[in-house]
Amino acid sequence: MKHARIAWGGAIHEAIEAGGALELRTPALRGRRLSFDEVVWLPPLAPTPRARTILALGLNYADHARELAFKPPEEPLAFAKGSGSLTGHRGFTLRPEGVRHMHYECELAVVIGREARKVRKDDAYDFIAGYTVANDYAIRDYLENWYRPNLRVKNRDTCTPIGPWLVDAGDVPDPMALRLSTHVDGQLTQQGSTADMVFDVPTLVEHFTSFMTLYPGDLILTGTPDGVVDCPVGSQVVCSIEGLGSLENTIVGKNPIQPIPVKR
Amino acid sequence: MKAKLAWQPRGTVYGALLNLRREFEQWAPQMHEAPYKAPPSAPVLYVKTANTFAADGAAIPVPGPVRVGATLGLIAGAAGEPTHAVLLDDLCLPHESYFRPPIRYRNRDGFLVCAPQSTPLAQLTLQTLQIAVRINGALVQSVDLATLVRPALDLWAEVSAFMTLQPGDVLMLGSDCLPDGKPLLAAAGEHIELSAPGLAPLAHALVEEHA
Repeated sequence: MKHARIAWGGAIHEAIEAGGALELRTPALRGRRLSFDEVVWLPPLAPTPRARTILALGLNYADHARELAFKPPEEPLAFAKGSGSLTGHRGFTLRPEGVRHMHYECELAVVIGREARKVRKDDAYDFIAGYTVANDYAIRDYLENWYRPNLRVKNRDTCTPIGPWLVDAGDVPDPMALRLSTHVDGQLTQQGSTADMVFDVPTLVEHFTSFMTLYPGDLILTGTPDGVVDCPVGSQVVCSIEGLGSLENTIVGKNPIQPIPVKR
Repeated sequence: MKAKLAWQPRGTVYGALLNLRREFEQWAPQMHEAPYKAPPSAPVLYVKTANTFAADGAAIPVPGPVRVGATLGLIAGAAGEPTHAVLLDDLCLPHESYFRPPIRYRNRDGFLVCAPQSTPLAQLTLQTLQIAVRINGALVQSVDLATLVRPALDLWAEVSAFMTLQPGDVLMLGSDCLPDGKPLLAAAGEHIELSAPGLAPLAHALVEEHA
């Protein structure tokens, strides 16, 4: 099943995908169907009782590591993010003025389903609720070599679109063989396969839970393959993962007077 | 009578590295060398994930010596401005390199011990606040907020320029090294207390982590 979280009709709702539409799960409106265009898409994640842990991987595809002139890391290179940077499908991401290189990163996002501590690789899939698509934007102008990649590059408001769907793990037969692609203004700019991860999902779950407990709703963003390009204001960026869906996002500038372009 | 629940972070907790002058100056000579190549121009930040949150009085399992990180956390109010402060022990495993993110060192279960209560900022004078650190009852460190590289509200402003601190988020001002430049270390079996005028104190123990 594909789950979404949306704003519509003055409230926030859980919905599922049904026959090319959104079907509301809210008790009072249960079963009502809405088109994809008449709702505001939120990150497809239920609220958590405490801050959501978001771990993101750097250089987790050998080709991307080469692209950035690094050799692949010997242990997962992970950084943590705050949930304040998350935004939904068809949202807007701010490009600061004067920036020269801001790029998307299409990533398989793993959503933890139950408390996970000292999990062995072979059992890792039992702890996963599902998968979604994340776009972990980076602004390379702000890179510094202190706890790199630093938060000013990676933890900005609006800069982590995620969605549209949380797809149940049971509906993703092999998460390690999914094609990823990104299109900017309709042009294919990035493609790869989750098969090419340096550290696969079970290895990541084993690694992280060897020293930290993960809770339901926590996220692992598993890194991005080769093919990242600068995205100027106005870019329509679509990150797609086979079987999970296409996450659309528009880059906007700082000017609050300027109308936000919506090409659809 | 209603029992008062101990304070715990409701939002994301961020920490600032190298924000005490003594440690910054100690690092300064190597800041131009590889892999750093230049001193940090923006605040160097990290996240303490929710698995690290531990309550006053906890016994924290550690795999070896840990660095004690007595600090003050500023808490965001409804409008995203800092309204309260709380004492925290921001523990980490010692690490020589500040090049890569410190998840394995800083984000272990229980590595952020929280005082049971926060205090309105209006009741505190941050510029002169000193945090006393005791290990097994002996005073071993005094963290002096007058020596912050970025004073509390400057740090808050610089950070929230690119990431909004949401209601309940916490920004820790940084922890200090000892006068000789060494980190303050503690080990399993030891008992740590933090206190500062006007703030709820916190105490916790360290115990051996079982493999």
